Amino acid sequence: MADLNWTYTENVKDHFMNPRNILDNLETYEYDGKGLAGNKKCGDEMLLVIKIDKEKQIITDCKWKTFGCASAIASTSKLSEMVIGMKIEDAYKLTPKDITAELGGLPDNKIHCSVLGDKALRTAIDDFYKTHGMKEKVTTEEAVVVCNCMHVTDHDIEEAVLEGARNYQTLQEMTKIGTVCGECKDESIALMNQYIKQYFKK
Amino acid sequence: MKNKRIYLDHNATTPLHPEVIKALIDSMKIYGNPSSMHEEGRLARKAVENSREIIANFIGANSNEIIFMGSGSEANNTVLSMLTCTGRKCFNIYKGPLEIITTTIEHPCILESSKCLTDKGLQVKYLDVDKQGKIDIEQLKEKLTSSTILVSVMMANNEIGTIQDIKSISKIVHDNGSLFHTDAVQAIGKIPVNVRDLDVDFLTLSAHKIYGPKGVGALFVKNGENFCPLIYGGHQEGGRRAGTENTLGIIGFGKAIEMREKEMADEAKRLLNLKSILREGIKKNIKDVNFIGHPVDSIPGTLNVSFWGCEGEAILLYLDLEGIDVSTGSACASGSLDPSHVILATGIDVEYSHGSIRFSLGRDTTKEEIDYTIEVLIRTIEKLRKMSTFC
Repeated sequence: MADLNWTYTENVKDHFMNPRNILDNLETYEYDGKGLAGNKKCGDEMLLVIKIDKEKQIITDCKWKTFGCASAIASTSKLSEMVIGMKIEDAYKLTPKDITAELGGLPDNKIHCSVLGDKALRTAIDDFYKTHGMKEKVTTEEAVVVCNCMHVTDHDIEEAVLEGARNYQTLQEMTKIGTVCGECKDESIALMNQYIKQYFKK
Repeated sequence: MKNKRIYLDHNATTPLHPEVIKALIDSMKIYGNPSSMHEEGRLARKAVENSREIIANFIGANSNEIIFMGSGSEANNTVLSMLTCTGRKCFNIYKGPLEIITTTIEHPCILESSKCLTDKGLQVKYLDVDKQGKIDIEQLKEKLTSSTILVSVMMANNEIGTIQDIKSISKIVHDNGSLFHTDAVQAIGKIPVNVRDLDVDFLTLSAHKIYGPKGVGALFVKNGENFCPLIYGGHQEGGRRAGTENTLGIIGFGKAIEMREKEMADEAKRLLNLKSILREGIKKNIKDVNFIGHPVDSIPGTLNVSFWGCEGEAILLYLDLEGIDVSTGSACASGSLDPSHVILATGIDVEYSHGSIRFSLGRDTTKEEIDYTIEVLIRTIEKLRKMSTFC
C-alpha cells in the first residue's frame, strides 16, 4: 500500500504500529517509581513506571500506558526503550529534544506529546527518590510567577510556546500575560524566546 | 481488499462522478469568456447558463436566483459580510443596533465570519444544540428581537450529520421579520431541498461534496432580497460576483446535480442500510461507544461515533495504515487545543470527546467495505485500549 508522505517519520510509524514495553497490569507490576503526566480532558495522558537497580542506580525496566495520538504513543514507546539500562541521573536529564531526535523529528504541533513523556519520566524518578529516602535529589522546579497581575507562571509560558505562541501578541492572547501593568514584558519575551529555542530550534 | 483504499470521508470531499469526468473532458476545449459576445464566448455562456438552470430546477429556484461562486465558504462569507455594508444598495435601510443569530455547530466559515461581524459592532447570538445536535426552537424564539437582521442555521451538519427542521425555523424567523440563510452544503443532493417549500432567503451550495469538481459553489438569493457582493469588479453573475466564471467547474457542478437528481433517492436508501450495518456492527462488537448525532434526522451516509479511552487521531492513523480513510474531531488532528466545536457542543462526556470518528459513506461504498471496516475497527480499538491509561 502506498503511504506517500505519511504524517510522521518511519521511526514514529514503527513505534506507533509496534509499541514496545506496554504496561500490562499496574496492580501486579512491582515498580519502584510511578509518574503520571497530562490529563484525559486535554486528550493526552501518560503513565510511566520504572524498576531500578538500587546498587547501580540504573533503570532496569520501564513500562507505560498512554491515552493520546500517534506521536504520544510513539514517543512514550521510544522513551521506554531509551531509558532501560540508563543511569537514573542521566534519565533525569532527558529532554523532549532527546526523544524527538531519536524519533527522527516530530511536527511542531506534536512536540508537546514528547514533553509529556519526559515529564512523566521525571515524576516517576522523583517518586522513586521520595519513596526511597532520597528526597533531596528531587529537583523538579516549582512554577515561578512572571506576571503578578494576571498570575501567569513560567510554566504557562512554556505551555503557550508548545501550543504555538511565537510572538508576544499571541502569547498575550493565550495567557493574558502583561495585560495589566505590563512590567513583565521584557522578562516574558525573554522566557518565551528561551522556550522557543529549547523546543523548536533545530 | 488491501489494494483498493476504502474511502469513508465523503463529507470532506468526493471523487468525481464518472459522468462528471466525461462532461469535463468533453468540455475541455470550451475556452471562451462567457462574457464575450463572439461565438466562443456564446458557447461558454450557453454551458454556464445550462448548469445554472439544472441547479435552479433541482432546488426549485429561478435561474436568476443562482449566483456561482468559488466555494461554499465564499457563499457563506458573502451572506454575512453584506450585513455590515453601508453602501447605497445594501443594508443601510436597517437602523439601530443589528443582531444576527447562528448556531454553535456551524462550519468555521460561518463562525469566523460571525466573529468578524462582532468586531464590526454587530451582536451575534448563538443557539445551543442538544445531545443529538438539534437546535432548540424555543431558544430561537427567545433570542429573536426587532434588531435581528439575519438568522443562519445550517441544514445538515458536516461532522455529525444532524438535519435541522429548516421549514419551521424559517417560519419563525420570517414571522419576526428577519432574513433567513441556511448553509446546505452537506444537504444538497443527499436529501430533497426546495427553496420555496423551505422558504429561505439565502442558501449555500457546493459542488465537490456531491461528486462535482472542487473550487465551485453557489449562492441562492431569493429574488427581490437585498444583496451586496463580496467581490466587486465586473458585471459577471448580474454584477453580484465579479470574476470570470469558472466555466469548467460550473459545467461539472451542473452535471453533478443532474446525476444527483437521478441517483439521490436510491442511493439514500442504500446508504441508510449500510450505515445501519456499520452502526450495529460497532455496537455489537465494541463496548463503551457513543454515537453522536440524531438517530433519524441525519444525512444518509454519515455516522459519528466516539470510542471511550481512545484518541481519534490514533484511530484514524491505524485505519489509514489498513487502507481506510475516515476523519476525526480530536484536538490532535486539528492542531488546536480542543476537540471539534461540534462534538463539544453536543455536551458529550469529556472522556468521549477526544475519541470521535466520522464515517461518511458515498455512492461507491460497498457492504464488503463496511464489513472489513468493522473488522479492522474491532482490532484497532482493542489495541489502543490495551495501551490506554483509561483501562
